[in-house]
Amino acid sequence: MSQGKVWKYGDNVNTDVIFPGRYTYQIMPPEEMAKHAMEDLDPEFAGSVRAGDVVVAGKNFGCGSSREQAAACLKAAGVQAVVAKSFARIYFRNAINLGLAVLACDEAVDLLEKGDAVDIDFAGDEIRSPKGTFRFLPLPASVIGILEAGGLLEYTKKKLEKE
Amino acid sequence: MGKTLTEKILGRKAGKDVQAGEVITVSPDYVLSHDNSAAIIQEFRKLGVEKVKAPEKIVIVLDHIVPASEEKYAQNHKSIREFVAEQGIPHFFDINAGICHQVLPEQGFALPGKVIVGSDSHTPSYGALGAFATGIGRTETACTWATDEIWLRVPETMRIDLSGRFRAGVFAKDLSLKIIGDHGAEMANYKAVEFAGPAAGDISVGSRLTLANMSAEMGAKNGYFAPDAKTLKWLEGRARGPFVAASSDPDARFESVLAYDLGLLEPQVACPHTVDNVKPIGAVAGKPVNQVLIGTCTNGRLEDLEAAAAIFRGRKVHSGVRVLVIPASWEVYRGALESGALAVLVDAGCVILNSGCGPCLGAHEGLMAAGEVCLSTSNRNFQGRMGHRDSEIYLASPATAAATAVAGKIADPREFA
Repeated sequence: MSQGKVWKYGDNVNTDVIFPGRYTYQIMPPEEMAKHAMEDLDPEFAGSVRAGDVVVAGKNFGCGSSREQAAACLKAAGVQAVVAKSFARIYFRNAINLGLAVLACDEAVDLLEKGDAVDIDFAGDEIRSPKGTFRFLPLPASVIGILEAGGLLEYTKKKLEKE
Repeated sequence: MGKTLTEKILGRKAGKDVQAGEVITVSPDYVLSHDNSAAIIQEFRKLGVEKVKAPEKIVIVLDHIVPASEEKYAQNHKSIREFVAEQGIPHFFDINAGICHQVLPEQGFALPGKVIVGSDSHTPSYGALGAFATGIGRTETACTWATDEIWLRVPETMRIDLSGRFRAGVFAKDLSLKIIGDHGAEMANYKAVEFAGPAAGDISVGSRLTLANMSAEMGAKNGYFAPDAKTLKWLEGRARGPFVAASSDPDARFESVLAYDLGLLEPQVACPHTVDNVKPIGAVAGKPVNQVLIGTCTNGRLEDLEAAAAIFRGRKVHSGVRVLVIPASWEVYRGALESGALAVLVDAGCVILNSGCGPCLGAHEGLMAAGEVCLSTSNRNFQGRMGHRDSEIYLASPATAAATAVAGKIADPREFA
């Protein structure tokens, strides 16, 4: 369990504002990606985000392009989880594949505000805050193996070693 | 209980009866990637295997920043060419081919019944020809190169029944924007979208590609038309090999069904900064623009360039406007040369660019300064996508784009007949 602060955004936060297209085809290390996280949505984010912080947003988080940096930049910036009402499907896959927790929980999104302190209990499927304790939907069993391995690369590596 | 097209194609691949909701592992027919192959190669190298498992299934098309506009992109392209040679990947298309989503259909990879995954969100385009096609990320593309398999959740299906006929000045792009405007950008998140109904058969393959492409903006996993006589005719001389078509059974289970009468539609415009902020042309006409983009994987086909040329014929681009035209592929480029459409566009004052993605993704070729406005035939109008974060993008059909270019402000193509 770890503690952080909430960064709150609305519905349909798209991949272009999370990680702009002008950087998408430049190959850069994750810590460099983190410097551009949320650049076109919230210029304050990249400079002020702290390890353990949580991004809270509405419906369809991560819609738009398939760019994986939109998940990688948040993870590299120290974000421990994105809590949203729903996720765009490629973003959901990318986040799992990179080991970034993506949690669906309507109630937490409705009540949490920017700056609120939150703890996430991954084993107990709970988000705790002064505003209340919220249960999130456990991730599908099919993807837990990937998360447990630390992402798809590690998962695949182990699988290839066994073959 | 019958099966949907998606359940049939994925079931055949999984070697068992499958239904929506199930998670299966399949070996895809093709794995697409483009300029982002450079990043995928780096991930692939971390896996500790020397060789890709099925080089003949990998299709790489350079299209996003072609020709390279900067040294770092040139380096990416170089590393991709070297990897293609090293791994013996037979299906590689360099900077003189076009946009992947036009090249794969034209070159006969996108076929009925095939499973195609691609590291690009508009991969669902190939559903226009009856394939199951969906977008994936870079890491999973690298892993699929190594393992020749990928996990997929069999999606539920939403059917959109089409009836009637488009009136003059109204196109597939207007239909797609109307649907997204009515139901929101996540209307089909995780789902398949089947375009069906009595009018589906009348819609050209080019327009089907537009609709399947725009299903990505509905959040769809895949979007498709059942293959028909039109599909088979278009594939003559293109198909790379045999294929087994699939269609939904009459008693297949659809999660929801929407209905649209094409005859009731008018031109539509998606306003900044989301694709579902859609208004009828009358509500936005008169908005001044600085740039017009005609092209992209959504609307850069021959029928699109001809729709634009029909309006530009005998007219000039407005003095305050820059018009960028990008044929979606070299086949389209050649077709537009032969049909005379390109001459009309050049005479009107349009700038013709190399086939590729152009400024759509905001990396090169016609980016916007602060405060500028672009009307584009592309599929996304997110803030800052085509340049400065304080620029604006409106989305519309090629005919609306041409009318706007002539008027210098957003204009109704029906007034330019």
